[in-house]
Amino acid sequence: MKHIEILIVGGGPAGLCAAISAAQSGAKVMLVERHDHLGGQLIKQTHMFFGSEKQYAGTRGIDISTILTDEIANSENIEVLNNATVLAIYEDGVITLEQNHKYIKVKPERVIIATGASEKSLAFPNNDMPGIYGAGAVQTLMNIHGVKPGHNVLMVGAGNIGLIVSYQLMQAGVNVKAILDASPKIGGYLVHASKIRRMGIPILTRHTVLKADGKDSLEHATVVELDERWQPIPGSEKEFDVDVMCVSVGLSPLSELLFQAGCEMKMVREFGGYVPLRTEHLRTTNPQIYIAGDVGGIEEASSAMVEGHLAGLAAAKSIGYEHPEFERVYVDYNEQLEALRAGHAGDHIRAGMSKALIKEASC
Amino acid sequence: MLETTGIPSLEQVNSSFPSMERLMQGPVAIVECFQRIPCNPCATSCKRGAIVPFEDINDLPNIKHETCNGCSLCVFNCPGLAIMVIDYTYSETEVTFKIPYEFIPLPSEGDFVQGLDREGQYLCDVKVLKVQNTKAMDRTPVITLAVDKAYLKTFRNIKVVK
Ligand SMILES: Cc1cc2nc3c(=O)[nH]c(=O)nc-3n(C[C@H](O)[C@H](O)[C@H](O)COP(=O)(O)OP(=O)(O)OC[C@H]3O[C@@H](n4cnc5c(N)ncnc54)[C@H](O)[C@@H]3O)c2cc1C
Ligand code: SF4
Ligand code: SF4
Repeated sequence: MKHIEILIVGGGPAGLCAAISAAQSGAKVMLVERHDHLGGQLIKQTHMFFGSEKQYAGTRGIDISTILTDEIANSENIEVLNNATVLAIYEDGVITLEQNHKYIKVKPERVIIATGASEKSLAFPNNDMPGIYGAGAVQTLMNIHGVKPGHNVLMVGAGNIGLIVSYQLMQAGVNVKAILDASPKIGGYLVHASKIRRMGIPILTRHTVLKADGKDSLEHATVVELDERWQPIPGSEKEFDVDVMCVSVGLSPLSELLFQAGCEMKMVREFGGYVPLRTEHLRTTNPQIYIAGDVGGIEEASSAMVEGHLAGLAAAKSIGYEHPEFERVYVDYNEQLEALRAGHAGDHIRAGMSKALIKEASC
Repeated sequence: MLETTGIPSLEQVNSSFPSMERLMQGPVAIVECFQRIPCNPCATSCKRGAIVPFEDINDLPNIKHETCNGCSLCVFNCPGLAIMVIDYTYSETEVTFKIPYEFIPLPSEGDFVQGLDREGQYLCDVKVLKVQNTKAMDRTPVITLAVDKAYLKTFRNIKVVK
């Protein structure tokens, strides 16, 4: 069995930054990614990112991915395994993975889980009809494979993902008929909402999908307005002739591996589902295991990167590799994280954190 | 209104415009960013400090219109595409708008394209004066348009039909 110092599961922004910081500290790192390319969600993001310069704000997600993967390629301490899926974590700390039909067993001293999130679905009649996609799938089709998902789209969900994917669909020459959201207010950033609205796309808050219809695939969607108590208003039904419905109603952390590893988990609504309890050093109740990014609570790539650096530094230090400037960089990353979460947009993150954070001593 | 439809109110639009006195002095940036979000490239890209450096990354942009010279750096650096530069002194009857535009086909100089308002509704045809798409703009081209002064507060977007 292969001995590894730090194993990182997931090559998104959190995993990439964890690898960079752990390797800079001097630890030998193995980075495992189930796809054939690194970057996670970043490689689908053709828009300029928010945040501050330290998290590459103003740079497009895809270009941030290139900056980080170049840094990984130049590090002697990082071994990358692409097309490799971590399957299980056992009680004795052994981890199994599958790569090109080969079953591999490793025993790392520390593991950083950075598996990201999966999309939530929405229940309505015929929601499994061809033409109904998650927003992530639509983005993968368009921005990775260069395939148009259809001609006329109804977007369900006015969070940042729904708004951004609508914009990208319009850029690809696809017609977005409307964006719906059940809540009374637009959840995503209003600058995104305004730039879509001024292209003539209506944003219908307090609306939801009643049903989908079509012969072999989606042809019509019926939507309905909701009252203050979120109940459908009779007679307010509207029909949209669309061949694509794109569902973007939130993400939930991909935390199965953490359940397996016996980490204490908690349902935290603000974080999108079950997340592990963690110390301020991002260590779970299983002392071998750290977390970073969306798996610990749905947030942003900017904070995922900062958490990745923090987890990488802390995990390396816990096995005797202290970054040459540990104090300075650790404080700096913590300040960045605090600043990102300080505003109104970070209200729910701070609320979630107060439920998921534990003291170092209890692990 | 903005929070439920994405359309800023007239008061919000008015609040982001400089005084007529400043408009008469030439190009100036209009920043339409009304929500506290963790974002600051407008301030960090402005070399003149006209967008006052943020204390907190969630600050709303605070632009000193007297210090701004309309250089347009912020126009293509803002990820929210929330900024445009207008020159009220362009001619007796027309004002120019520099807006970010991330769609293909790009218009060509001399074309007439559809001018749209903040709801995406057609206002009038507008003339394309300039199309800038330099490396520094990093795939957010900036289009300069001549627009009738009557649409000063309503013009916001274009549609290119080729
Ligand atoms: C449309 C859209 C727009 C966005 N816009 C912005 C924005 O403007 N600014 C911003 O800051 N954020 C934005 N985000 C959010 C951002 O993309 C995510 O918060 C961020 O990618 C989370 O990083 P992560 O590393 O935790 O997860 P991910 O990026 O999801 O990466 C997780 C990786 O783990 C891999 N993986 C999962 N399970 C396994 C396993 N068992 N074995 C091996 N590998 C595994 C996955 O393949 C994936 O590559 C956007 C997201 C979307 C969808
Ligand atoms: S136009 Fe130039 S000077 Fe004016 S705010 Fe923008 S970057 Fe600053
Ligand atoms: S860069 Fe644009 S979206 Fe970001 S704060 Fe400045 S004006 Fe608002």
